[in-house]
Amino acid sequence: MKNNTIIPLAIRDLTVAYHRKPVLWDIDFEAPAGSLVGIIGPNGAGKSTLIKAILELIPRASGEVLMFGKNYSLVRQRVGYVPQRESVDWDFPVSALDVVAMGCYGQIGWFRRVTSKWRKVAREALERVGMLDYADRQISQLSGGQQQRVFLARALVQDADLYFMDEPFAGVDAATEKAIITILQELKKAGKTVFVVHHDLQTVTEYFDYLLMLNMRVVAEGPTKEVFREENLVKTYGGRLTLLDEALEAMRKRGTMG
Amino acid sequence: MFLESDIWVMLAGALCAMSCACVGCFLVLRKMSMMGDAISHSVLPGLAIAFLMTGDRSGPSMLLGAVVVGVLTAVLTQYIHKQGQVEESAAMGVVFTTLFALGLMIIVYFLDHSDIDASCVLYGSLEAAATWEFEWNGYIFKTKIIQLAIILALNVLVIFALFKELKISSFDPALATTLGVHAGKLHYVLIILVAITTVTAFDVVGSILVIAMLIIPAATAYLLTQRLGLMIIISMLLGALGSVLGQLSIIYLLPAWGLPDTFSSGMMTVMVTVFLILAILFSPKSGILFKLIRHLQLGKEIFMNRVLGALYRTEEEQPNFHHLEQIQKTYPVRFKWAIWLLKRNAMVVADGKQWRLTENGEVYARKLVRSHRLWENYIFTNMNVPVDHLHYQAASLEHVTDESLLEQLAETTSLEHDPHGREIPQKKSKD
Repeated sequence: MKNNTIIPLAIRDLTVAYHRKPVLWDIDFEAPAGSLVGIIGPNGAGKSTLIKAILELIPRASGEVLMFGKNYSLVRQRVGYVPQRESVDWDFPVSALDVVAMGCYGQIGWFRRVTSKWRKVAREALERVGMLDYADRQISQLSGGQQQRVFLARALVQDADLYFMDEPFAGVDAATEKAIITILQELKKAGKTVFVVHHDLQTVTEYFDYLLMLNMRVVAEGPTKEVFREENLVKTYGGRLTLLDEALEAMRKRGTMG
Repeated sequence: MFLESDIWVMLAGALCAMSCACVGCFLVLRKMSMMGDAISHSVLPGLAIAFLMTGDRSGPSMLLGAVVVGVLTAVLTQYIHKQGQVEESAAMGVVFTTLFALGLMIIVYFLDHSDIDASCVLYGSLEAAATWEFEWNGYIFKTKIIQLAIILALNVLVIFALFKELKISSFDPALATTLGVHAGKLHYVLIILVAITTVTAFDVVGSILVIAMLIIPAATAYLLTQRLGLMIIISMLLGALGSVLGQLSIIYLLPAWGLPDTFSSGMMTVMVTVFLILAILFSPKSGILFKLIRHLQLGKEIFMNRVLGALYRTEEEQPNFHHLEQIQKTYPVRFKWAIWLLKRNAMVVADGKQWRLTENGEVYARKLVRSHRLWENYIFTNMNVPVDHLHYQAASLEHVTDESLLEQLAETTSLEHDPHGREIPQKKSKD
């Protein structure tokens, strides 16, 4: 029914400015369907800004964004979003289950209650990320990794075809990292496209099959094997020496691996 | 003396407190408590202009005036914040004080000697408001109480209908917006409710104490529960209880202490503040008392562990500086207490003038010492800490090490002796 051969995300000439100062220049990008796309770049490269501009959370100065060939407002239900974990107040008086159920609100519709049917959906999602035992915990009692998994479960119940995840791997434990990557692989298998803002260059080749290298403009894009190369890393991270070292180290390791 | 009028005062106060509390919960959770302050002051010119135009003091025109200026406050604050690049709270401070001043000027210039005056807006009068009446078809109705009941019903209805939308837009506005629940629009729904509520509450508690009614019961409920729905219900109950107890203490408590009569609204605020203080002291979430008890319990546990560890080391016949006698000499009272507790838990038995570990006690103490020495090893090999500093670092870690962490430790440091050359007790096979 859902046509996944249509390009899930097409961006043309997207420019975003804060106080007239551009933070993203002329972004042109097309994502292939059913891929895991990593968005990498140094701090301040505009990675989160790109996602927020795509989702119309911040105004665009110019440009056009099409999802499945349509405007975002027409395909909201098919697009899922996982904001940065730090963006919310974890002392808010809700349980893990409540947070996951929020992913269903779009499907439930205005003025309606969260019925037991939706709570069941939320429980299933919590189980998929291995958090069912924590369903009734207040969210501040969870560890950082557990909180991230709750966010992931919330994205799962949205049952979208295109996902944007803002640094899901930031500050999580090894078990959570593994749980997230398993889910990402499952989503990919189901033909969904997932965009992930990522920081750890060591794992880029392992996790993503497509890459968008960003530093206020698109430095490189394409299959990870083709674009994750030294000159692109230098261009992306250039001028920030410590990160350059890290990038080159990643290159070196990759070289020894194959 | 308890009079019939006191019941009306309590009812008016309770209705007012409940309508304020339920919208106040969202102000507190959205960290915009000061917005309540701002709106409760800035609506004044709206009221004054509405009164000037209609001459009606309690009709819907007043509510309309308040809503318009309340929304204007929020819009202007955002505008000055964004365009003028002024910090948000500063922008708010500019907007609401200016609007309030404007309102005062309108009242003084055009409405002097009318029945709307500055002090009635600032302080209100619960006692007077509870007496306003009108007659209809031969029945007498309490005007203000009916108004307050309508506003309470409106607030409860809106919050009930939009519960999940208000919840998600308060918790995660970005996600809410992507789901089609526009967080910005709900912000204005809340602002409109706050404006209507504060205006209705003006002649009851005044524009200053209305802030207390908005914030204090909500903040108290926040300390007492971890569920949003329950928080709203508790805050409303606390508000109502504050009104009843406030009035009762005016009737019974103040005369008993020989104190003169006072404002009902003031006493009501004092009551809800007392609730807040009690919650700060005793709430299970962050109560000072519970923290103290937990702290003492932890201290007790650690001290008992020290005594057990020292007994184990004594039985190893390797007396050292954390020797039993040293602990006994330094903390004689605590030591006696710990021994008493350990005896009661069958970890230690008296052996003449000395003490000996029981079988249970030995298993436990062995685990402690094992944990301690494994940590010393781990820190020594991984962190380059001098040998004579190891003890303190390990001592703080050994108490929080559970079984699985202990075995992980044992795997990483497969040595049989700690850095001081003492044997690491092995895990006992099941006996």
